[in-house]
Amino acid sequence: MTGQASAPGIVARDLCKSFGNHLVLDKVNLQAVEGSILALLGPNGAGKTTVVKILSTLLKADAGTASVNGFDVATKAADIRASISLTGQFAAVDEILTGRENLVLVARLRHLKDPGPIADDLLTRFSLIDAAARRVSTYSGGMRRRLDIAMSLIGNPQVIFLDEPTAGLDPQARIEVWQTVKELAEHGTTVLLTTQYLDEAEQLADRIAILHEGRIIANGTLDELKRLLPPAKVEYVEKQPTLEDVFLAIIGVQGKDGGAGNRRSVGTDD
Amino acid sequence: MTTHLVGDTAVLLGRSLRHITRSPDTIITTTIMPIAFMLLFVYVFGGAIKSGAGSYVNYLLPGILIITIASGISYTALRLFMDMQSGIFERFQSMPIARPSVLWAHVLTSLVANLVSLLVVVLVALLMGFRSGAGLLAWLAVAGILILFTLALTWMAVIPGLSAKSMDGASAFAYPLIFLPFISSAFVPTDTMPGPVRAFAEYQPVTSIVNAIRHLLTQQPVGSEIWIALVWCVGILIVAYIFAMFSYRRRIS
Repeated sequence: MTGQASAPGIVARDLCKSFGNHLVLDKVNLQAVEGSILALLGPNGAGKTTVVKILSTLLKADAGTASVNGFDVATKAADIRASISLTGQFAAVDEILTGRENLVLVARLRHLKDPGPIADDLLTRFSLIDAAARRVSTYSGGMRRRLDIAMSLIGNPQVIFLDEPTAGLDPQARIEVWQTVKELAEHGTTVLLTTQYLDEAEQLADRIAILHEGRIIANGTLDELKRLLPPAKVEYVEKQPTLEDVFLAIIGVQGKDGGAGNRRSVGTDD
Repeated sequence: MTTHLVGDTAVLLGRSLRHITRSPDTIITTTIMPIAFMLLFVYVFGGAIKSGAGSYVNYLLPGILIITIASGISYTALRLFMDMQSGIFERFQSMPIARPSVLWAHVLTSLVANLVSLLVVVLVALLMGFRSGAGLLAWLAVAGILILFTLALTWMAVIPGLSAKSMDGASAFAYPLIFLPFISSAFVPTDTMPGPVRAFAEYQPVTSIVNAIRHLLTQQPVGSEIWIALVWCVGILIVAYIFAMFSYRRRIS
């Protein structure tokens, strides 16, 4: 809207966080431009959820700064909460309520008028209308996740955090979630998604940041990340590196940790 | 922010009350133990206990009501713990709501659930022959003490609800509270107990609360007992509230 490059959805600078003596985040830098999808890729325990919790004002950083939708996490937490939605690692739905009641609950808590029509609209959009009056405890994993994401869309937040949105889903449900995420970004929502699935990052993300042991060790578009590898050797077949190759090479697995030049990060926009 | 406190609390209270109406077994399991104790003590041990004049069920009921509250608040801790586990607590905390409303909704739900359980227990006691000639004012005083005691124990239950690592841990803290009435004047007069036990019994909160309620229900002068009971309730309430807020802040920082 105003000054394109300087109206970013999410910016984090030098975020640090320790739990006791355990350093979880070590100077994490991130940026997601408004309306883009940023994938935070990393194995379990890399600190992905901690990043999401700091950005969604559930945790305070020990050092560093961050802003979401133009608001500072340290001083404007309430404004951030009004402009974001968080979909946590486990479908955070109320099992005893029905699907529709869950949606109405969130709409009420967001202080929206007419929670009923909002709920019905989302139930239709997420193919849950037939299950609307059933308790969520009877839903399948995919249905729960759809409801979870539907709850996150209420109030049209400008920024959405999805913490491992497809963990534990079957391939079909996974593709449905991917479709939803793409549509969100097309409509201008900024999405930060964490994942440990390489193909998910490859499929969805405009930019990918790789978090390993609390540090961002690579950050860029898929093409930029691919260029991090030494040029492919041409033998019989030219094989383009997949994101998986890139990932394993830069975190230093399988003896490929030799080239120190591999360990630089890219995409620090000048 | 604070302008939404009442509205958000009401919405979230509606949510957890729906949990109770949809699984009324929590009320049943809350009341089963106190009712079982009441049956056991009135029909098995009661004949051998000399509690003074009047029927034993009249003597016993105040202590049974305390046990009812102690067993009820373990569900408060459990409900809060489940919200923490499922991630819905974090979802609420990341939304533009008055954040304390999440806790207040649980506290008020606890109050409503406990009042329903207390009512059930009193009705069973009536069937068992409990009678009181107490007037409206005395009953209101009894209700006031019970509400205050419920709030005090509820804020105490918030602490394990927020910080427990397992479901058992969240509810286990209630067991010592359930057995506290046994070492008090709830079942037998304290003057039959040996020295140290008697000293403990006479200076622990349950005895003064039970005595105050008993005197109100049997239309005896309550004397200083009711003030000691109130000081205990308010004291526990304040200390529990401070520690609950402390564990709450630890969870959201």
